[in-house]
Order: sequence, then structure tokens, then C-alpha cells
Amino acid sequence: MSLSVDVTHAFDGFAIAARFDAPPGITVLFGRSGSGKTTIVDAVAGLLRPQAGRVTLEGRVLLDTAAGVCLPPRKRRLGYIFQEGRLFPHLSVAQNLAYGRWFAGARADAGDARVIEMLGLGPLLARRPGALSGGEKQRVAIGRALMARPRLILADEPLAALDEPRKAEIMPYFERLRDEVAVPILYVSHSGAEVARLATTVVALGEGRVLRQGDAAEVLGDPRVTPLGAMAAGAVIEARVIAHHPDGLSELDAGGNRLLLPAVAQPPGARLRVRIAATDVILATGRPEGLSALNILPAVVTGLRRGTGPGVMVQLQACEAVLLARITRRSAEALGIAEGAAVHAVLKAIAVAKDAVGEPGPAGGR
Amino acid sequence: MQPVGPEVWEAVRLSLRVAFWATLCSLPPGLFVAYALSRWRFPGRQVLNAAVHLPLILPPVVTGYALLMTFGPNAPLGAALGEIGIVFAFRWTGAALAAAIMAFPLMVRAMRLSLDAVDPRLEQAAGTLGASRFWVFATVTLPLVAPGIVAGAVLAFAKAMGEFGATITFVSNIPGETQTLPTAIYAFLQVPGGEGAVLMLVAISVAVSVGALLVAEGVSRRLAQRVGGA
Repeated sequence: MSLSVDVTHAFDGFAIAARFDAPPGITVLFGRSGSGKTTIVDAVAGLLRPQAGRVTLEGRVLLDTAAGVCLPPRKRRLGYIFQEGRLFPHLSVAQNLAYGRWFAGARADAGDARVIEMLGLGPLLARRPGALSGGEKQRVAIGRALMARPRLILADEPLAALDEPRKAEIMPYFERLRDEVAVPILYVSHSGAEVARLATTVVALGEGRVLRQGDAAEVLGDPRVTPLGAMAAGAVIEARVIAHHPDGLSELDAGGNRLLLPAVAQPPGARLRVRIAATDVILATGRPEGLSALNILPAVVTGLRRGTGPGVMVQLQACEAVLLARITRRSAEALGIAEGAAVHAVLKAIAVAKDAVGEPGPAGGR
Repeated sequence: MQPVGPEVWEAVRLSLRVAFWATLCSLPPGLFVAYALSRWRFPGRQVLNAAVHLPLILPPVVTGYALLMTFGPNAPLGAALGEIGIVFAFRWTGAALAAAIMAFPLMVRAMRLSLDAVDPRLEQAAGTLGASRFWVFATVTLPLVAPGIVAGAVLAFAKAMGEFGATITFVSNIPGETQTLPTAIYAFLQVPGGEGAVLMLVAISVAVSVGALLVAEGVSRRLAQRVGGA
């Protein structure tokens, strides 16, 4: 186990008691704001000393309140990517990048050159942070964290302060980090799209507790895990590109189901992840005829979860893929939807958002 | 009107020397106190804050008298320092001490303002990148507060150039030893026909003060540009 975290902390009527392990790859701490994500990351970083807890990284104890051990942040060998970048405004990009490396006592090497190339920082090196765009700043922040020779990378909602085009610009860099850098990454997010695209492992948090942890597809397909509320829920399916059609659609094999989606960038044969929001799925008891929706998947209901509102979260098994559908309680009763019922899941091709399609991680791709 | 005598130049030279040493020697303690007041929460913080500001609100004569009671030849501390060769009373060093004490609150206030403006999250980020507290201060905090330090130093220098009450009370008005610009102006006003020297000294005072202000503005602007990027 790369990183092992066990933290208990209470403040202002809010308590956190979280315990999880982060294997290599990106482990996403997923939950709505106020679920204790940042507190946990700060405890791992040493910026906050929890009332009780133990954090170990590759067998090295960073925190052990029982033994009175609490290493200061500078001795933990971290690369912390903050939401707001936190670049040093008085230093050039090159000096910002070299900052952590200098304190790690390392010299510039081929790895640094690769980081600069991977993040496209070459043309920015002589500039100061004040002259960078939001996306550029965040790329420099990622590079600075990587060059500090970290044993663990922490990223606290690194995309939250960016607009959609900038998010789309940065997200591929995290995919490359996940696939090319051996260091484990602990990534905080409340965005379902980010989790679906980046996560190797998901730790779903709610009210300061771990609701469920495990493989991304497993956790996100669990109807009990809707840490952001039902509106943001969605299943993640591993898929393979079969063909690109001339009318701008791509045909995918998603766990034995044929899916038609707006054209994806990957070539035929490539594997990718598709996130299908629960609110984009319609259920029908018989096979619907004369419908504009292109994707109609036969499925079996495997779980139902009622919320406090008028909605129901339905978990479906369509061949090997797990889907989530969000329908009203009234519809569920009218259609007699219960565990074991055979239904058809209807999905509009156009509903699948561009940023919901991404490359699978090495550990997540099966 | 009489020609301007050498004592005028003597007073200008002495004032520059007094202000220079007063500013230079109060920079490190000024930065330390400003940092403590800005960042640390400790018992007695308000007492320290009040003590630093005391010379600003007390009549300068009272501060001068307190200095005389502390560092005068008959005071225990003054006598003890005199044993090891450090004498303040009625020396130019005493004038520098009085100027430094009077200028200290202005310097600390300017530095503290710019320290308060530094984002502690940047210092936190430096910590996660492996910098110890000393290096965080040297590589992040200090460069970011540099404009505030310059501003504080210039304010202190200007105040030290113009200090009158505490100086004349503590070290008197001895030409060539403790007669600074303001005390010289005061002295020339007391003698008939001293108007020429007074005018000269006033003009020099104004020139030095305005010059210092312009230099400080320029340096601050350049430092702020460095921090602001572009």
C-alpha cells in the first residue's frame, strides 16, 4: 500500500473519521463541499494536525498521534497542487519550478526536462506568474509540484478555479501524470466528470466519513454513493471504440453494449471511459419504437434507492456494464420497477458530454 | 545677514549621520517586531504593540526625559554601559538613539502593513516544497515585503532627520556633537542675525526630505513591479 490514511478530527460541531488506502495512480477523494476532503488532505500534508490519526507513506510514518510523531510539511516530501496555484509572484516561472527541487537537494536532470516538455512550459520559463493565464498558472503549479521530487502528489480541486475550456486544457495533463508518473496522487474533487475521467481509485466521502472506496466504476455505479446528491450521479463504463461513422458519430462497445456517441478523438480499438449521468437515462418496460434516441440497452434492475425527494436512483446491469438512472418515484411505481425487473435503458447519444469521455487508467482499464 | 558659517554644514553632516545610523540600526529589530505583531499570537502582544507606539503619542520631551533617566550618566544602566565604554548622553550616538526610538513606531507600522498583506498561503506552499521557516522567510516573505521595508526605512529616516524634542532633552544642543538640523535651526533663531543660517537649514531640510521621498517612491515602484509580474 503506497499511502495509508487514518484521521479523526472534530471542530465546530463537525467530525471527520476517515480511513482509506491510496494505491499508485490517482485516488480521488470525492464528496460535496463540507464533507471534509480538504481537511483530510491538509492532515496528509501536515498543514493541519488532526486530534488523532496515523498517516504512512511507503512504510514511512508521516503522522502518528499515538506515538507523538507529526512531521512538518517540509519533511514529508510532497508535491501539493493548490486550487489557486499559489505560485510565488516575485519569482519567474523557471525559479518557481526550481524552488522545490532546490530544497530537495537535487540537480536539474532529464526528468525535469520531460516535465517541462510534458506540460508545455518551455515558452513560459522567463515569465512571471502575473503574466500567465489561469490555465498556464495551473500547469506551472503542477510542474513545480513534480520537480520537488515528491513521494506523494496532493491536488486539492486543482481545476475548480478554472473555466470549462481551461479545465479541458489541464485534464489531459493529469491523465498523463497518472499514466507516466510512478508517484501516488491524492486528488480532491467534487466533479463527477473529473472523477470519472481521472480516478484509478475513488474514496467517496459524506459527512466526514468514507462511504465507499474502490475501483472507480464500482464506486460510481453504486446507487448508495451519491455524495453530491442524485443530480450529479452517473455511472462510468469502460468502452472500446469500434468505428467512426461519417455522420459524426462514433460506435463503441461498452461492456457488451453497442453505444453511439458524438465522435470521440480516440482511434478504433482504443479503450476509453464514458460517464453517463443518471439524469440522462430514461427507462422503458418494453422496447420503445419510433424514438429518436439512438441507444436503447436491454438491462436488469439490480438496485433501487429512494431519497427524501420525489426521485429514485435505479441501478441497472446491461450485459457487463453498470448504469445508473434517476427517475421519479411515480414512474417507478407506475412501471412496476423493482429489483430483478427487465427494462430498456434509453440514452440520447448527444447527452454524453465531451468531458465525460476520457482515457482509462492502467489500473482502471480492464 | 551674516555669511553661513561652518556650523551649518556641521549640523547637516551630523543630522545625516544620526538619521543614517538610527535607520540602519532599527531595521532588524523593527522587522522582527513587525513580524511578531503581524504573525504571532502571544501573551503580551498588546503590551508590545502599545510600547512600540508609545513614542508616537507621548510628548517627545517625555521620551527624551525617559531616555535621560535610563541612559544618563547617573542612571544605573547608563553608568553600567559607561563602564564598558558605551556612552549615549550628550553624544551624537545619543542623538541617534533618540531619533531611532522616535522613528521606530513609524517604521514598524509600515512594515507591519506590508507583512499583513502577504498571503500566508504562499508561505504555506513554500513549506510543502521543503523550505524551513528561515528559508520561507528569506525567499518568500522578505522579497514580498521589500517595498514595505523601503517605505518604513524612508519614513524613519525622515523622522530621524527632523527629531527635535527627545533629542534636545536627552543630549542637549552641542554644536559639532549633538546639534542636528532642527536643533540648529532652533539655536540660530535664538541669536540676532541668524536668519540666513535658518533659511539655509530649512531649505536643506526640505531638499533632503523630498529627495528621500522621491528615491523611496522609485525603489518601491520597481520592487512592486517585480512582484506584480509582467
